[in-house]
Amino acid sequence: MSSETQKILTTDGIPLEVSLKKAERRNKIKAFLLVAPLLLFLIITYVFPIGDMLMRSVDDKMVTEMLPKTFKAMEKWDGKELPEEEVFEAFYLDFRQLVDEKREGKLSTQLNYTKNGFKSIIKKLRRKSKNFEEGNYKEQIMAVHKRWADVEYWKAIKRRAPAYTSQKYLKGMDMFKNENGEIVSVSEDRRIHRILWLRTLEIAFFVTLFCFLMAYPIAHLLATLPMKYSNLLMICVLLPFWTSLLVRTASWMILLQQQGVVNDFFVGIGLVADDARPEMMYNKTGTYVAMTQILLPFMVLPLYSVMKTISPSLMRAGKSLGGTPIVAFWKVYFPLTIPGIGAGCLLCFILAIGYYITPALVGGASGTLISNQIAFHMKSTLDWSFASAMGLMLLAGVLAIYWVYNKLVGIDNIKLG
Amino acid sequence: MNKEFVKFDKVDKSYDGKILVVKDLQLDIEEGEFVTMLGPSGSGKTTCLMMLAGFETPTHGEIYLDGKAISSIPPHKRGIGMVFQNYALFPHMTVYENLAFPLRVRKIPKDEADKKIDKALSMVSLQGFAQRMPGQLSGGQQQRVAVARSLVFDPQLVLMDEPLGALDKNLRESMQYEIKHIHESIGVTVVYVTHDQSEALTMSNRIAVFNDGKVQQLSSPDELYEKPVNSFVAEFIGENNTFAGEVSDISGGKCKVKLANAEILANPISVKGKGEKTTVSLRPERALINPSDKMDNVHNGKIEEVIYHGDHTRVRINLLGNSEFILKVPNSSSNLDIKLGNEIKIGWNSEDARALDPK
Repeated sequence: MSSETQKILTTDGIPLEVSLKKAERRNKIKAFLLVAPLLLFLIITYVFPIGDMLMRSVDDKMVTEMLPKTFKAMEKWDGKELPEEEVFEAFYLDFRQLVDEKREGKLSTQLNYTKNGFKSIIKKLRRKSKNFEEGNYKEQIMAVHKRWADVEYWKAIKRRAPAYTSQKYLKGMDMFKNENGEIVSVSEDRRIHRILWLRTLEIAFFVTLFCFLMAYPIAHLLATLPMKYSNLLMICVLLPFWTSLLVRTASWMILLQQQGVVNDFFVGIGLVADDARPEMMYNKTGTYVAMTQILLPFMVLPLYSVMKTISPSLMRAGKSLGGTPIVAFWKVYFPLTIPGIGAGCLLCFILAIGYYITPALVGGASGTLISNQIAFHMKSTLDWSFASAMGLMLLAGVLAIYWVYNKLVGIDNIKLG
Repeated sequence: MNKEFVKFDKVDKSYDGKILVVKDLQLDIEEGEFVTMLGPSGSGKTTCLMMLAGFETPTHGEIYLDGKAISSIPPHKRGIGMVFQNYALFPHMTVYENLAFPLRVRKIPKDEADKKIDKALSMVSLQGFAQRMPGQLSGGQQQRVAVARSLVFDPQLVLMDEPLGALDKNLRESMQYEIKHIHESIGVTVVYVTHDQSEALTMSNRIAVFNDGKVQQLSSPDELYEKPVNSFVAEFIGENNTFAGEVSDISGGKCKVKLANAEILANPISVKGKGEKTTVSLRPERALINPSDKMDNVHNGKIEEVIYHGDHTRVRINLLGNSEFILKVPNSSSNLDIKLGNEIKIGWNSEDARALDPK
């Protein structure tokens, strides 16, 4: 139909479509130029780092590059019995190269991640290998330490052959690939990450819940009070936003510590004995209290903006039609605030799940979150690829929550302001 | 019929403790009546309605509904239907659910509720709209749903707070008749608030004109228009020509009012004696050009403006020092001599010229 219709021409004989495109091109370029700085900024600061994190988290080239000849020779090895002389020779050559470049330390660290016990035998091998004679490297290497004659260690080396690995992700879930390539969980007493993930979800859930319970009445008050009072109250809600996060967390430390203000008060009014002051920080309680206070505005603001649009006559209508105040609230007012509740909860939950500073300062051992573990690997163990993997798992989790929310409530139902 | 179905007894209302919004209100509404509270904005009419509905409490005095004092009864127990200014339909419920709300909270069984909803929807001719959301309806349809919802639980009293304010002119007029007919067919008592006088005149049995927190006049539409008791009502309802002057003589149901440079005869309504200041009010249609009948007021005036209005012509005349004197002349052949600048004779009966309080 459309192909049969005649092309419409302008008075100059140019096809209308061409003319239209030409006329709008300038505007399109202008619009793009306005967006360009932000786009560039986002690509540099957001897309690129996340891509880099993704690469880093699966990257396992280090060992692959350090032992090129070994892995080439290992291709033919079936991985059951000890490898042939050929592999040993290749390994010796690679190793000598590394020693010359003073990189054998890195190799030992990397291999130790795969299997414990590499560190000492590599040190020993470095010392002994200086005096190796040409030929029959298998015997010479095996003579250095009995572990070099253990096939399990050679299997461990071979597991590092691929340039990419899912090992870091498995580690984040307290799982690993065993010698036979099966994915299994680590022994029960070493499952620290699962506990952390569950605790992160638990804390984020309860912080969101507490925020919701506290923010709903505040937001309602804000939306219904006369302007002069609601402005003042709004400033009170926003005040924490203008105070440094560190200062706020530090003030919670002053308040909550065992010799702190709250405890002194409790002792003063005789609620608790002086020698039985409750621990209110360096545990979950501290994290709950401080994070709820810090995330509260993120719940209040979306709720407020939604409640502001609900006409007071709706509640009146509900009452005049015979609903008790509770029925009118529950059947009329509450359903209309769901977009705000959704937005506030989503915002709080996502912020809470990745929270770092506050739990690090007031959380102690039992109140820290997965983000603290990530920071630990970034700063202390320097296992950046593991930190990246956990960061990406966190990101995936957030996206999953977003997806579930979209399925349940519908993302177009959200109202942030 | 209960003459005092709704009774405001010496009701005062103040929001801030400084200004009285409603002053010593005394108002009786008969059962089955359609009473309109009419007045400019800020005159206290909506406050009265809200006190009746229970959303505001009287600062002083008592309101009775069917003989019972209701000040201590919360709104949801008063059983009063209400139509709000912006309809206040529940946006997350279908039309059916909106209408079912008052029935559900009263625990009326579903089949009975369905019958009532069907009846209410057919009353406002919206059958087949039950499953729509309010957002999918036009303004007029939403208005009808609001009316149906306020009636579906068979209240004895329905309050309407400027329900037609958001509609365009044509729709508003047809809705006026529709509401009037619904009122006539089911006989419910209606208290209606508006600032639109034509709406009030069209629909009401009686109109209470509010100004400054007080009822200025409570009477039927025709009486309100023909016999305003004070100059505010005369000014507020319909068009009005006024002469300000002083009573120079009063006798035999007539009075002489001395203007700046003339004297007219008028009907003394709120003047008692000589020397009182007064405003004489005369409806435009009561004055005639070249009167053939004997009229006791005949004066010459000069035509200053002629405005064609289709069915009639508005003529502005400078008469007895009042250059805003308006006449409405029907467009028939005998009146074609009206030309700008012409000098014409204008006459009226002193009975129609009401000497009211000075402005």
